[in-house]
Order: sequence, then structure tokens, then C-alpha cells
Amino acid sequence: MRNLLTTTALMLALALPATAQDYQPDPNARPGGSIVITYKDDVATLDPAIGYDWQNWSMIKSLFDGLMDYVPGTTELRPGLAERYEISDDGMTVTFHLRTGVMFHNGREMTAEDVKYTLDRVTNPETQSPGAGFFGSILGYDAMADGSASALEGVKVIDPQTVEITLSRPDATFLHVMALNFAHIVPQEAVEAAGDDFGKQPVGTGAFKLTEWTLGQRLVFEKNQDYWRDGVPYLDQITFEVGQEPIVALLRLQNGEVDVPGDGIPPAKFQEVMADPAQAERVVEGGQLHTGYITMNVNTAPLDNVEVRRAINMAINKDRIVQIINGRAVPANQPLPPTMPGYTEGYDGYGYDPDQARQMLADAGFPDGFETELFVMNTDPNPRIAQAIQQDLSEIGVKAAIQSLAQANVIEAGGNGSAPMIWSGGMAWIADFPDPSNFYGPILGCAGAVEGGWNWSWYCNAELDAMATEADSIVDPDRAEERMQMWSDIYMGVMEDAPWAPVFNEQRYTMKSARMGGADELYVDPVSIPINYDYVFATE
Amino acid sequence: MATYLIRRLIQSALILLGVSFITFFLLYVLPADPVRQIAGRSATAQTVANIREQLGLDQPFIVQYLRYLGGLVQGDLGRSYLQKTEVASLIASRLPATLLLMAGGIGCELVLGLSMGIIAALRRGRTLDQSLMITSFVAVSAPQFVVSLLLLYVFAVRLGWFPIGGYGTWAHLVLPAATLGVLGSGWYSRMMRSSMVEVLRADFIRTARAKGLTRRRVILRHALPNAILPIIAMIGIDIGIFMGGIVVVESVFGWPGIGQLAWQAIQRIDIPIIMGVTLVSACAIVLGNLLADLVTPFIDPRIRLR
Repeated sequence: MRNLLTTTALMLALALPATAQDYQPDPNARPGGSIVITYKDDVATLDPAIGYDWQNWSMIKSLFDGLMDYVPGTTELRPGLAERYEISDDGMTVTFHLRTGVMFHNGREMTAEDVKYTLDRVTNPETQSPGAGFFGSILGYDAMADGSASALEGVKVIDPQTVEITLSRPDATFLHVMALNFAHIVPQEAVEAAGDDFGKQPVGTGAFKLTEWTLGQRLVFEKNQDYWRDGVPYLDQITFEVGQEPIVALLRLQNGEVDVPGDGIPPAKFQEVMADPAQAERVVEGGQLHTGYITMNVNTAPLDNVEVRRAINMAINKDRIVQIINGRAVPANQPLPPTMPGYTEGYDGYGYDPDQARQMLADAGFPDGFETELFVMNTDPNPRIAQAIQQDLSEIGVKAAIQSLAQANVIEAGGNGSAPMIWSGGMAWIADFPDPSNFYGPILGCAGAVEGGWNWSWYCNAELDAMATEADSIVDPDRAEERMQMWSDIYMGVMEDAPWAPVFNEQRYTMKSARMGGADELYVDPVSIPINYDYVFATE
Repeated sequence: MATYLIRRLIQSALILLGVSFITFFLLYVLPADPVRQIAGRSATAQTVANIREQLGLDQPFIVQYLRYLGGLVQGDLGRSYLQKTEVASLIASRLPATLLLMAGGIGCELVLGLSMGIIAALRRGRTLDQSLMITSFVAVSAPQFVVSLLLLYVFAVRLGWFPIGGYGTWAHLVLPAATLGVLGSGWYSRMMRSSMVEVLRADFIRTARAKGLTRRRVILRHALPNAILPIIAMIGIDIGIFMGGIVVVESVFGWPGIGQLAWQAIQRIDIPIIMGVTLVSACAIVLGNLLADLVTPFIDPRIRLR
């Protein structure tokens, strides 16, 4: 798998046309038809600079396009609105050549000026984009962030089809960043006309356009007849019905009224659905770029003792925790999920061994254990998982009091360092883009170990940080393999210090109606959650 | 009457001011930072600081509160932190659905509750009375979430009489209104029963009977209008209870009202929406109570408002 990915990255970096490895659509795909997707919560916004939850992430992907994109159902990059690109030898300049004749939904042609406007907008503090920080490697970003500039120095329009982006440091993840929703291209006139309401009146170049949004009830996407990619999308219309409890959505699916329940199968119904062959065959299972973990605050005694942290790693019975969530996950032994490039194959991690864990605690000077606190988000199944962890810990003499709080309060306690241990469920890291670096900086690196940061272990290893910086400056495609090895080493170094106890990698289960067609990968697309709207089709 | 009204209106305004202050204060001291919800997990400290400043959340509490009040006086409820939409328009677009649901629920509980209460009172001590009172006891204690799902499962999924959640037609209204109605009817039936039993014992009823009036006429013309009095005041109070109930019922039935809006906003600490919905609900409760008090003297001339 890793070899395949590396080769693809290499081919892309050489700016070859993308046709060779691009997605082969299902020959039976049939255009037309409309489907119904349900969600519990109303959609917050469809502004690509603002939207940052997994619900609107895939919807925005279908309304807008970025210069880069992913091969459907995979984590492989492919060119999007950029037909091709070149990276300078020093890795500091990336030149994108745009496709011609790409139209926004308002009928105007997309040009290099729009790319510049989009990047200036997303990095402008006034926009309040949660993704602004991703563009930190573009020259002039700092001046944008502190408000002293109104345009990015490093983004230059060469001609209407060419845009040149200069970086302030080599950034191996830059092409992934250009595939993020935050870099999806928006037309200036539509943004300015809508003002703060652009998120409700989105205009993009995407495969679908928004034709109706009745707040709290439904959104309707209609096929963009002039879409620049040939043959897609297949569906004429997608209706998103919001305000639907997952359990109600499942009943409606069984009744033939819903095609995909966007929030998934409710945990309480999971076993019932999987026990019924007729329903189970319509459930698609896939991995996701997610790891659930326990953070241990390395500044809090006695968790500042690495032996104690290792002992806790060995005390956790991960198989049993996976059972608690009906087997909807696989046990984890390292921070990266198995589908992520850079994952270390053959590493066993800390196996479950309470006896040895007790011994290690005793050797570390805690023969009778100690008392601590475990913070957890208060929605099912997280408190139940925390109880299992609590039991496992009590086996080795560690008495952990459970603090079950609302999500925001747990995040606060992690960010201000007052939580000795946190079970990450409900707040765990899901990668923004499929690159190992995305699992490090904010949650394990020194940069995240600050007040209000997301590194809840407050783990800061300067040596690993330097290695991370070095790895991400390797932009030479010939050295991609070497870069992945460095990342693998970094995460092995993390495991040595054990600031986390990785627990499991959640699997995704998407249920669909009998009439939904398209390869299974499209229903567990690692980038478009829950499904890739552009490539699925209806068989009737 | 006019002085009474003016005094009550001033009182109401003070109550709303108090509600706004307490809610704003609770949201302020909440150990959770809305800016971090907006900024997301990839934000740099600079981004977080910028957003905090733009939203004025770096100001002291009293400045923030006075700013909010200043907007409020001009009818400005602010913009949602996460959706960036005006809170007033979010609430306005959802209010009709909530009002419809409340009207349906109150209508349903009155019809159910009053008739159960009257029948029970007339059959006092017999099996019918006892079974009705047990039913109402169950209705009062049943959790809304369970009843909603039960009704949904039986009448929508199994029998297919009604749509499975959603909004739009009268058929959509039946089940959510019935959920609220069934649960509320328990209170009304018990209240109506005891009030009716008391009235039936009164001297004027004995007089009416002695006059030789028919049983039907005694009950409908003499007993009912007197027994129903305490119920009127209850409807006003009930609006408050309903405001709590709609959050659950709207969520289960996918009813696009303000309860659902509030629930989503609370999860995301979207303070302007939480404030807006709280104030609108408080207004409804205050007005409901005021109306109940104002109507009472028209029904019972013995009561004077001063």
C-alpha cells in the first residue's frame, strides 16, 4: 500500500497528466435520479473558508473544487481545477496551470484571480477561518495573520490560467493543503454580494449547486450540468433532510424513504442491523483516519514518570473496549491509523499485561498505585469506555476518578492543562488530510503544548520536533519513501515516551438503501464523509 | 385595570432583563471557550486572538453584557458565531413551527385532559375513575423521549398512518402534538377531576338539582364553568413547561422549531443563538402568565385585578 502511494505521489509531482491512475468509473453507472440523505443537525455553513465539521466537509466538496483533489474512495492526490503543476527544484515555488473553461455556478469563468482572491480571503483574519493556519507556509502568511497586509505576498497571478505560489519554507504537505476545503475556489463577486451570508448562498464550481435551503428542514443540491469533469455527477438531485434523529433516520431507511442516514447507524441498533443479513449486506465498512487515545499529562505527577505512562499503556485491555462499542473499531498500538501513509507495520506496541504493568508501577515507586482523574466527554459510548479504562487502571492499583463533562469543557480542561488524563472519544483527531504530519504538530508537537492547544499530554520533545520539521521540508518526490520512514520513526519515538495510550481506530459503517449504486469505496471515502456524492448513483 | 397592566408590564420587562443577565452570566462563566469552537483545532494562537477581539469576547463581562443589551434594545439579537447568520432571522424562520406545535399540543392536552377529568369526576370511586387516574399518572411520569419514539414506532412505522417525522402537512403535526398532549393531559385530568368533584359538592349544584334540572344541564351549565376556572391559569404556566418539552419532541420528530435550534446551539456554544432562544422563550412564558391573569376576571367576576 505504501509503495503504491509513493509511486502515485511521484507521478503527480512530475506533473504528468492525471489520466493514468485516475478513478475508473463503474461501467454500470447510470445518470439521473435523486436521493435523500438525513442528518440530525442543521448544516452550519457551506462557506468553504468556514465549514469545518464532518457533515459540511463533503457537502462543500461537492459544491466547490480546489486546485488539488483526491481520487474518489482513496487518499491519493489528483489534480483538480489545476490541470497540472510544477514544483521548483528547491521546493519553494509551486506553479499551478488552471483548466480553461471552468464555470462558476453564476456563469462566470474561473481564473487565476479567483485563486488569489480565495487564498487572500481565507488567510485574512476578518474571515475568521478555522483553517487559516494551514496556509502558514505561504510567503507573507504572517503579515496576513497579524493584519499588516491585505494580500499574500507569495501568491502571484502570472496570466489568467497560471498562478505561482512562493513558500517561505519547503512544505511537503502543501499539495494536500491545496486540496483542503479551505482552499476551494470562491468567486469574489458572489462572496461580496452575499456578505456574511455566503455560507447560506454558496457559489462554486462544484458538481452540484445549492438550489434550496429551508433552515432546519432541508437542503437541495442539483446537478451542475456544466460541470468540468466529464460524466459526473450521476445524480440529478440530492436532498439533505436535517433535524432527523439517527434512530428515526434508520426507521425511515427501512421504510424506503431515506437512502443514506448521514449520521450512521445508531449504536443501540447496530447489532440488530448487522444480525439481519438483508440489512447487513447494505452496510459498507471501511477504515477512517481516526485514532482514539488516552492522553497523559506529562507535567502532572506521577504521570511525568515515563515508566508510569508505559505501565498504564500495558494496563488497558483494548479488545474489551472494542467490544463495548460492538466491535466498531480495531485496537490501536500507535498514534497513526493503519490506513495512513507512514504507519509502522509490524510494531506491536504495549501489549495488555496487567501483571507486568503492576510490576513496572512498583519499580517506579508506586507499589500501591496512586489517585488521578480521567476526563471524558459525556455522550455515549464515552462514559462507558471511561468506566472500562477505570476498571483496567484499578487492576494495577491506579484509582482514576471519572470527570464526565460536555465536549467544550473537556477541551478546555485539556487546553489549560488541568486534566491529568483524557479519553479522547468524541473529540479525537481525525486527519484533515492523509499525511502523517497531520497527526503530529497540533496534538503531539511542542506547538500544540500551549494554553488553549490540542496537545493535551503537554508532551514536547524538541528532538522529535526537529525531525518533523526536517521531514516536512523533504519535497523531492524521489525521497518520499525516506520522508515516510522519518515519520514512522517520529511516531515510534513518541511511543517510546508514551504520552498517549492509543486505544483503537474507529471503523466507519455507512448504510445505504438497496437502490444505491457505486463501488463500496465511495461509501467509506476517507476524504468525503459519509459518502462521495459526485460518484455514487441510483440504480432506479 | 390600566395601572395593573402597566405594573405587570414593567414587572415583565424586569423579569426579562433578569433572565438575560443570568443567562449571559452563566454562559460567560461556563468553563468552555466559544472562540475555540469557532477557531477549530488547527487554529494558531494568533487566529484565536483575532477572533476573540473581533467578537468583543476579550472585553470584561459587564462591557460584553451592556453591548448585548444595547443591540437588544435596537432589536438586534446579533449573529450566530458559527453560522454567521442573524439570530433574529434564524429564530423567525423557526418560530412558526414551534407555535404550531404548541397550539397543537395544548389543544390536544385540553381535549384529552378535560374530558378524562370530567368523566373521572362523574364516575368518582368507580373502576373507570381509577383506571383513568392511573392512566394520567403514567402520562405525567412518562419520559417524553420514550413516548415520542413509542408513538413514532407504532403509528408511523408499524401502522403507517402518519409520516415518520418531518414537517409540512397536518399529518406531520399529529404525532408530535399528541406526544406533548398525552403527557400534558395527565396534569389537566387530575386537576379537572378534583376541581369538578369539589364543585359537584357545592350548594348551588344541589340547588340546581333540586330545581329539577336535567343531569346534563347541571353539569354543562352549572358545574363545568365553575370547575374549569383554575385550569385557565394553568394554561399560562403550561407554556413554560412546553418550552422545555419541545426541545425533546422537536428533536425526535425532526420538527424544525426553536427547541431544535437551541439544542444544536448549546452543543456548539453558539452564545448569540442560546441567548436569543432563551429570551424568546422567556417572553412567551411571561406573556402566557400575563394573559392567564388578565383573562381570569372575565371568566370569574369575583376576581379583581389591582
